[in-house]
Amino acid sequence: MTAPKSAQQALSLRAVNARHGSRVVAADVDVTLEKGGWLAIIGPNGAGKSSLLKAIVGIVHHDGEILVDDVPTSSLSNRERARAIAYAPQTPQLPDRLTVTDYVLLGRTPHLSPLARERRSDLAVVSQVLERLDLGTLATRALHTLSGGERQRAVLARVLAQEAGLLLLDEPTTGLDIGHAQALLDLIDRLRHEEGATVVSTLHDLTLSAQYATQLLLLDKGNVVATGSPAEVLTRDTIARHYDARVEVLTTGDGQLVVAPTRAQDRATPRVP
Amino acid sequence: MLATAVAGLVAVVAVSTLLGAANLGWTRVVAEVWAQLTGGTSPLSATEAAIVWEVRLPRVVLAGLVGAALAVSGAAFQGVFRNPLADPYLLGAAAGAGMAATIVVVAAPQTAGWIVGPLPLAAFAGAIGGVSLTWVLGRSAGGGTAVLLLAGVAVASFLTAVQTFAQQLNTDTIKQVYSWMLGGLNTSGWTEVLVTVPYIAVAAAVLCLCGRLLDVLAVGDDEAASLGINPGRVRVVVLLSASLATAAAVSVSGLIGFVGIVVPHVVRLLAGASYRVVVPLSLAGGAMFLIIADHIARTAFAPAELPIGVITAFTGAPFFLLVLRMYRSKLR
Repeated sequence: MTAPKSAQQALSLRAVNARHGSRVVAADVDVTLEKGGWLAIIGPNGAGKSSLLKAIVGIVHHDGEILVDDVPTSSLSNRERARAIAYAPQTPQLPDRLTVTDYVLLGRTPHLSPLARERRSDLAVVSQVLERLDLGTLATRALHTLSGGERQRAVLARVLAQEAGLLLLDEPTTGLDIGHAQALLDLIDRLRHEEGATVVSTLHDLTLSAQYATQLLLLDKGNVVATGSPAEVLTRDTIARHYDARVEVLTTGDGQLVVAPTRAQDRATPRVP
Repeated sequence: MLATAVAGLVAVVAVSTLLGAANLGWTRVVAEVWAQLTGGTSPLSATEAAIVWEVRLPRVVLAGLVGAALAVSGAAFQGVFRNPLADPYLLGAAAGAGMAATIVVVAAPQTAGWIVGPLPLAAFAGAIGGVSLTWVLGRSAGGGTAVLLLAGVAVASFLTAVQTFAQQLNTDTIKQVYSWMLGGLNTSGWTEVLVTVPYIAVAAAVLCLCGRLLDVLAVGDDEAASLGINPGRVRVVVLLSASLATAAAVSVSGLIGFVGIVVPHVVRLLAGASYRVVVPLSLAGGAMFLIIADHIARTAFAPAELPIGVITAFTGAPFFLLVLRMYRSKLR
């Protein structure tokens, strides 16, 4: 769970406000993430997690400054930005009858001039990524024939084919059972270690975010209320205050954090949600 | 796949040119073609040769152009609207062309000496006008593909109402308008080919180049934008090209239905869903389909001609169902 050391900041946000029109959905965010790190943006529903992610990728308006590898994203063209930052939305739209190969090939878009055909080298990148994610045997299958876990891996393959240093993943484990969720997060972690990819993800599961992320950012109602290591951010009081939830933060035998929900002892007075 | 399609297209063009309503004998037509190529003597009389070169061939070529234009536009519309039922007439092209054609028939302007008749010009202008009106209304109502579709429905209803009104005031011209509406290529010569080729060729080239971008649009605007493309700009370029090709096709052939929907779907079933393949194969497939349909239209009850729209639906619908049945496992 330790990131390779480097002086360079893969991502810096300075006084960033993400906004839908005039409504600010994530306010005054300051955070830096070094190369190879994994930042998990956590927070209750509607806190502005996805919007902050979209602001970084440039599809939600923002002010303040966002730097990727110390370069302001505002100075990059759309294609340059897409070569530096890859993004997978929370519910990716998979064109049903497209094959896995054709879908993953879309990740090569920022490397091709707008009207150009894909080159041999692009197809080579695609097949490498497919092998890497154990999708080689599914290469010619149509997307709608895949299982939930295979679909999530196909989306990740599409993201990796982009060959960007920074991966923004909005709830990558949506719809996966715990085993498939762990397998996917293990895979992302491996890519981070082996290829030096930097990851920013939203994760609603606090235990998984504690175990996989190097750094957490807790948003509540659009405001940053805590940043730091998982142990610093995930305390019983913080979670109670911002999620309005009863939990115990436990430590396993090998030192991993677990956020466990607990039930109220007083059953006579149910909480009004 | 593309090579097979091109070979098929060449074969269809050849067969349709060799056989026709006037019974010249296909061996004699082959000999005529050979004579033209080598400078030898032809077995055909001057009149018979004119039937081959001035009647049949331009008509085959025009059918190919119109079919290619409608099919490729249909594929493009389905890609932009991400809707399998989208067809090239969706944004008011058909209603605009129908209204303008009706007005020209009713008004019967004096146009002796024009290179192109008033009907094609009016249909072309009407189709472009209908789509432009839809575009302007859609944009003023907030843009977005759903709004654009609704604007298309409103514009089409309005223009059709105008057309019906003009028609009812002049019932003596119903037959002429009706036969134009059903579509047909029976007035064609090389002139029609020459005036439509530039529009259709440019539009087809642009759409073929946009195939990969149409695949990108299929993942939704957010993800498309994160891949560095501008979805709105791609839609404008694609819709503009497809509408231009459709208007050019409508101007010389009236309203031929079914091609724009069926051909791209058959292509998808046979060759996969990527627009990198669907767009060029729809071009070839649409051309083949309409050449065959027009061949049946002019030979089945010769010398009478059937409306080509009847043939496209009559042969296209069962063929489409057959393909659907064959590939239902692929669909689910």
